[in-house]
Amino acid sequence: MQDDTGRPTTAAPAIELRGISKAFGPVQANKDISIRVMPGTIHGIIGENGAGKSTLMSILYGFYRADAGEIFIAGKKTEIPDSQAAIAAGIGMVFQHFKLVENFTVLENIILGAEDGRLLKPSLAKARASLIDLAQEYGLNVDPDARIEEIGVGMQQRVEILKALYRQADILILDEPTGVLTPAEADQLFRILHRLREEGKTIILITHKLREIMDTTDTVSVMRRGQMTATVKTSETGPEHLAELMVGRKVLLRVDKVPATPGKAVLQIENLHVVDDKGVERLKGIDLTVRAGEILGIAGVAGNGQSELLEVLGGMRPGTGSIRLNGVPLALSGPDADGQARRAQHIAHVPEDRQREGLIMEFHAWENVAFGYHRDPAYRSGPLMNNAVLRADTEAKMEKFDVRPPDPWLAAKNFSGGNQQKVVVAREIERNPDLLLVGQPTRGVDIGAIEFIHKQIVALRDQGKAILLVSVELEEIFGLADRIAVMFDGQIMGERLPGRTDEKELGLLMAGVNGEAA
Amino acid sequence: MEVMPKWADVVLIPLISLLLAAILSALVIIGIGEDPIAAVKLMVEGALGSTYGWGYTLYYATNFIFTGLAVSVAFHARLFNIGGEGQAMLGGLGVALVCIYLPWPHWSLALIFASLAGALFGAAWAAIPAYLQARRGSHIVITTIMFNFIAAAVLNYVLVNLMRPKGSMDPASQRFPDAVHLPSFQDMFSTAETALFRGAPVNVTFFVAVLACVAVWLLIWRTRLGYEIRAYGHSETGALYAGISPFRITMIAMLISGGLAGLMAINNVMGEAERLVLNATEGAGFIGIAVALMGRSHPFGVFLAAILFGFLYQGGAELALWTTIPRELIVVIQALVILFTGALDNMVRMPLERLFLWLRKRSG
Repeated sequence: MQDDTGRPTTAAPAIELRGISKAFGPVQANKDISIRVMPGTIHGIIGENGAGKSTLMSILYGFYRADAGEIFIAGKKTEIPDSQAAIAAGIGMVFQHFKLVENFTVLENIILGAEDGRLLKPSLAKARASLIDLAQEYGLNVDPDARIEEIGVGMQQRVEILKALYRQADILILDEPTGVLTPAEADQLFRILHRLREEGKTIILITHKLREIMDTTDTVSVMRRGQMTATVKTSETGPEHLAELMVGRKVLLRVDKVPATPGKAVLQIENLHVVDDKGVERLKGIDLTVRAGEILGIAGVAGNGQSELLEVLGGMRPGTGSIRLNGVPLALSGPDADGQARRAQHIAHVPEDRQREGLIMEFHAWENVAFGYHRDPAYRSGPLMNNAVLRADTEAKMEKFDVRPPDPWLAAKNFSGGNQQKVVVAREIERNPDLLLVGQPTRGVDIGAIEFIHKQIVALRDQGKAILLVSVELEEIFGLADRIAVMFDGQIMGERLPGRTDEKELGLLMAGVNGEAA
Repeated sequence: MEVMPKWADVVLIPLISLLLAAILSALVIIGIGEDPIAAVKLMVEGALGSTYGWGYTLYYATNFIFTGLAVSVAFHARLFNIGGEGQAMLGGLGVALVCIYLPWPHWSLALIFASLAGALFGAAWAAIPAYLQARRGSHIVITTIMFNFIAAAVLNYVLVNLMRPKGSMDPASQRFPDAVHLPSFQDMFSTAETALFRGAPVNVTFFVAVLACVAVWLLIWRTRLGYEIRAYGHSETGALYAGISPFRITMIAMLISGGLAGLMAINNVMGEAERLVLNATEGAGFIGIAVALMGRSHPFGVFLAAILFGFLYQGGAELALWTTIPRELIVVIQALVILFTGALDNMVRMPLERLFLWLRKRSG
């Protein structure tokens, strides 16, 4: 393991887990998991949200202790009680949410926690030297003196990888690394990963994206409900097969839909500006039109103004400019611009974050089915709320949208992500809105529920309703949208038709490069 | 899936917490050389052993129900109203003004209007911190605490300079006229042969407090406003999504909260003292926080917790009277109960959850 070349000296697996189990209260997050990862390979771990991937990696990195099971690193049984032990064992982790200090420089972040003594200067000098070596060895070029807040997300991720390598990691775990990257940045990341593999590093890639698994890994393990259902060579499998292993049944990966027949313009946005609480301009003059019977997909890397666009339309945030719904102007600030006013104007909203916005997690399902529509006279009897009507309504919606378990008394937090989302989607779609705002409809949702939710959205479109879809998943945009607008830095970079563009072109637009110029 | 059955959460945990507080209190009593068992006997005898004892226990409980409900309502909107004390003081001023300066033909009419005045004054006193929180983001804990001091100073000024009868050395208002005397339990339940609740201050306000419990339950769990208050309390971004105005909910929840605290004055000012004195609230506003915590912000829980604290107050007074256990130690015991039932909730909850998990695993 202390081999200076970083190359494996034996054919023993870089990591072997035997019979790992871990329970959180009544939930068995990992159940008797065994896995062998050979050195110098990229090993994918795929599974739906809640399948136990993150728990397994947290055990490997010393955040949790397994209830049972053993860990072998390079053939040697190893105890990993905390992350210091994991680092000492040569394991490095790149988290989905970076753990960087924003106003520190790259160099300062890299030595943070790995300083050699009380004085910083010698550590910084040493880190600077080794950073140059690492950059040459793996093609990981970063300006060591740039502040984290000044560099892009892709660069920040490189800093995380460098942090791990600086700590002599031989095994690199990446948790959903492409979630915040543009397609081009993701391609760069994968090139770096391949380079690392050539240099003998072992890489574990955790993701829920089938395409990434197929493109980059050597072997792949599939997790479902806390168990490892299969480990296969990537070259011997395909996306449909993996999806089936993940879900436990055959799934349709393509969205089935007929071509759209757009009607009159329902939503017309002109020159929309939004300035956030900190005074930063988030939307810089947006012009968009959504027609009846079409799905307009907004593509873009997270944080480029899509959230703010949905929030203005949903009445959660003031803006300036003009928004018209069926020709009638909407208030953009003041008391008539709140969520209640928007609902009264037949705008329904499936928000991006169901746990913080779309649902009250402590409320029963039946209370959540009224959320936002709780002032509806149908839910009222005299001065009180008519809970009986609400519960009956909830039962009907649960049956129609196949929410499991169909128990109106269960608190929202006790449903799985997919079923939580079905509750939100059922509530909003069943209102039969003129315009449906949808943000990240399938984030953290299992494949089976994705299929169902997509079908419902397409069905609403086919009833002649206008739908504005925001998603950071390009696959979802391609699958659902009839027209695609790309957002970058608070502006619309361009509009494309899904049949006449590809991921590469959209990727450039998402990075702020205008397609025609490239 | 919940880890524990509901009954364990609402019954078992408070009971175990109480038991722990009792054990620790017993150790303290042994430490100063007294007999804890005799002390408990004395407390139970003094607080629950006679209608007189009950009369005091329920009188204190009435105060605590109002202040406990006040804290609970605000807490459902995730607002920590520490200002019950000051709001109850101002409520007292409202009640006193109505009782002294308006002529009343019957106590029942006086009760209705005194209640309104008390609630109004309490609500007004809560409105300023509420506005500062909702519009300026000034933390409500800080502002309500400061408003307690301001309330005390205001009351002091009003009593000394404005309401004190000429020639009186006592910073208190004149006595209320007889027409506004509220029927005490002694008036209501005593028969010619046997006098019940003799001399105890518990009065008709107790029933108002019970009504308030029912009203708060309806408000929080059955009305649209209660729904919005709870939704806002659980998630501010969620409220924004649903078009629930944070400003509106903050103001309304605090107005109701302050109103309930102010309502307490019909018990201690109108029902007991029958005049406005300095420090009439005797810390009931703060006890309300413990009552709400222990009662899990549920009106029924608040009712039970208020009776418990009424018992501790009255029993404690008896202890101080008949033993060498000093008055300060009673406060220590009360503080231990607050500490265990309110602040150290997780200390009991965690092991209990683990126990239930283990039991389930064995049976499953």
